[in-house]
Amino acid sequence: MLRVQLRKRRGDFVLEVDFHAPVPGITALFGRSGCGKSTLISLIAGLLSPDHGSVQIGEDVLVDTDRGYELDARHRRIGVVFQDARLFPHLSVVGNLQYGAQRLPHGQPMPIGFDDVVAMLGLGAMLQRRPHELSGGEKQRVALGRALLAQPRLLLLDEPLASLDLARREEVLPYFEKLRDTLAIPIVYVSHQFDEVLRLATRVVLLDSGRVLADGDLAAVSRHAALREIVGPDAVGAVMSGVVERLDETGLTVVRVGDAEFVVDEPATLGQRIQIQVLARDVIVAASRPSGLSVRNVVSARVVSVTPDVGRAVLVELDIGRTATLLARITSRASQELALSADKQVWVLIKAVSLRGHVFSAPAR
Amino acid sequence: MLSPAETEALFLSLSVAARSVAFNLPFAILVAWLLARTRFAGRTVFDAFVHLPLVLPPVVVGYLLLVLFGIRGPIGGWLYENFGIQLAFTSTGAALATAVMSFPLVVRSIRLSLESLDRGLEDAAKTLGAGPIDRFFSVTLPLIAPGILAGAVTAFAAGLGEFGAVITFASNIPGETRTLPLALYTALQTPDGDALAARLALISFTLGLSGLLVAEFLSRRLRRTLGRTADR
Repeated sequence: MLRVQLRKRRGDFVLEVDFHAPVPGITALFGRSGCGKSTLISLIAGLLSPDHGSVQIGEDVLVDTDRGYELDARHRRIGVVFQDARLFPHLSVVGNLQYGAQRLPHGQPMPIGFDDVVAMLGLGAMLQRRPHELSGGEKQRVALGRALLAQPRLLLLDEPLASLDLARREEVLPYFEKLRDTLAIPIVYVSHQFDEVLRLATRVVLLDSGRVLADGDLAAVSRHAALREIVGPDAVGAVMSGVVERLDETGLTVVRVGDAEFVVDEPATLGQRIQIQVLARDVIVAASRPSGLSVRNVVSARVVSVTPDVGRAVLVELDIGRTATLLARITSRASQELALSADKQVWVLIKAVSLRGHVFSAPAR
Repeated sequence: MLSPAETEALFLSLSVAARSVAFNLPFAILVAWLLARTRFAGRTVFDAFVHLPLVLPPVVVGYLLLVLFGIRGPIGGWLYENFGIQLAFTSTGAALATAVMSFPLVVRSIRLSLESLDRGLEDAAKTLGAGPIDRFFSVTLPLIAPGILAGAVTAFAAGLGEFGAVITFASNIPGETRTLPLALYTALQTPDGDALAARLALISFTLGLSGLLVAEFLSRRLRRTLGRTADR
């Protein structure tokens, strides 16, 4: 587990954070540009010194200002993948991949093998090429391989997809998913793209102006008001974390979330963990249980709160049991007609095809 | 084609210029690194001092070298007494004088490439376990190689033509310190030397031009290997 407690002042900007990242899985550092994410990455990697605080991986202390201890960046064994890849332009892909591995202390076990990395990241065809002959996505894969071969005990991914276009992103994302599901080290993923976080992370640390606003499971953080402001009104919604319970006769996936079941059109296997995003604008609220509709998901819920939202809409927070929560955006007029207020029992309707599921192949936790 | 005296002057020039570059590079890399990467008291004065040979008359540089490195000078005397090394009035001395004159050019070129180097690459090397010296030789040095090469070529070309500092410090001794420009000057001082002077001028011209072409070719190749043009 990674434990971070740091304070750093840079001019007027003060970064003050306290969070942890469990193993295995990806912890996302999420926030707008300029919220301090990159500073935080530099502090953890040892490229910057904190004014105060400590960083710990498992039992190993990397920095502890109280004890006046600071481990040099080169001894930290933290793999960093930078936004701009930072491949060495004078070395071939092989030279880049082996750079860290060649500098490991003698006797350092090397559980991550060269051939495995080349196979996993699909680098076989480009080993002799130079960085300037690679596409953006290929560069990031090489940078990832280079970091892995240095046998890191923590992986920091600093907006690794930010400089790539959509198609390249899709090319690289599956590799991160594979990594998450196979590596037994903590991974910290910095991003300002919520869909990346949704797809990769199980935990989120929400950063704003150098402070942690929220920290916890993606499902919990997804309901945070500050997140809504960052992702924008169109992406507001809840994230539910569930387990694949069964596949129905037509091949649709049935996911259990709390007390409710949801039908999702996302291929998955039994017992897999799945993260489902329900956009607030896709949720319909009904006063009584309707029938004769095409909608697949009809779930009973209790209204938690009704708050003003953009335009003439309100945002309804709905409890569907066992701390699972949904958000629905409806017009305030609809809310008045249904007489929605706290504790009212309602029905929630969501089309299966409007749910986006992201499968985590690691066993459910 | 060339007379023995001309050949002698040509090869002496090449040798003096080459040795001056060899003297220059290690110190120039060190000084460029200090100026580009470190902050210390007196840095501005140090910077100005490094650039002095650009603004001083070469004769002054030669004179100062004579004072310091002459056989009775503080450094020259010590070298002579302990190692039997004499610099004044020798071809090594000519190389030293040439080196001092071209030093600021080399420093400037290396410093520019150091300052334009992406420090992020050194950070990346650090996170991959490379120590400071390792980083310098495995990342910094290869990446500033074009700057070093450009500096070396400029210094070599300038060294072929150094006159004032050489004649003051090393004198004009045939076969020892009479390089092309000195031979040309001597020819002009001699009755009926016009034809010889013209031939020497032509040699200098050819030498300079081929030097520039070689430099251009090398730096293009180097840049292609580093992928600079495509990468940025």
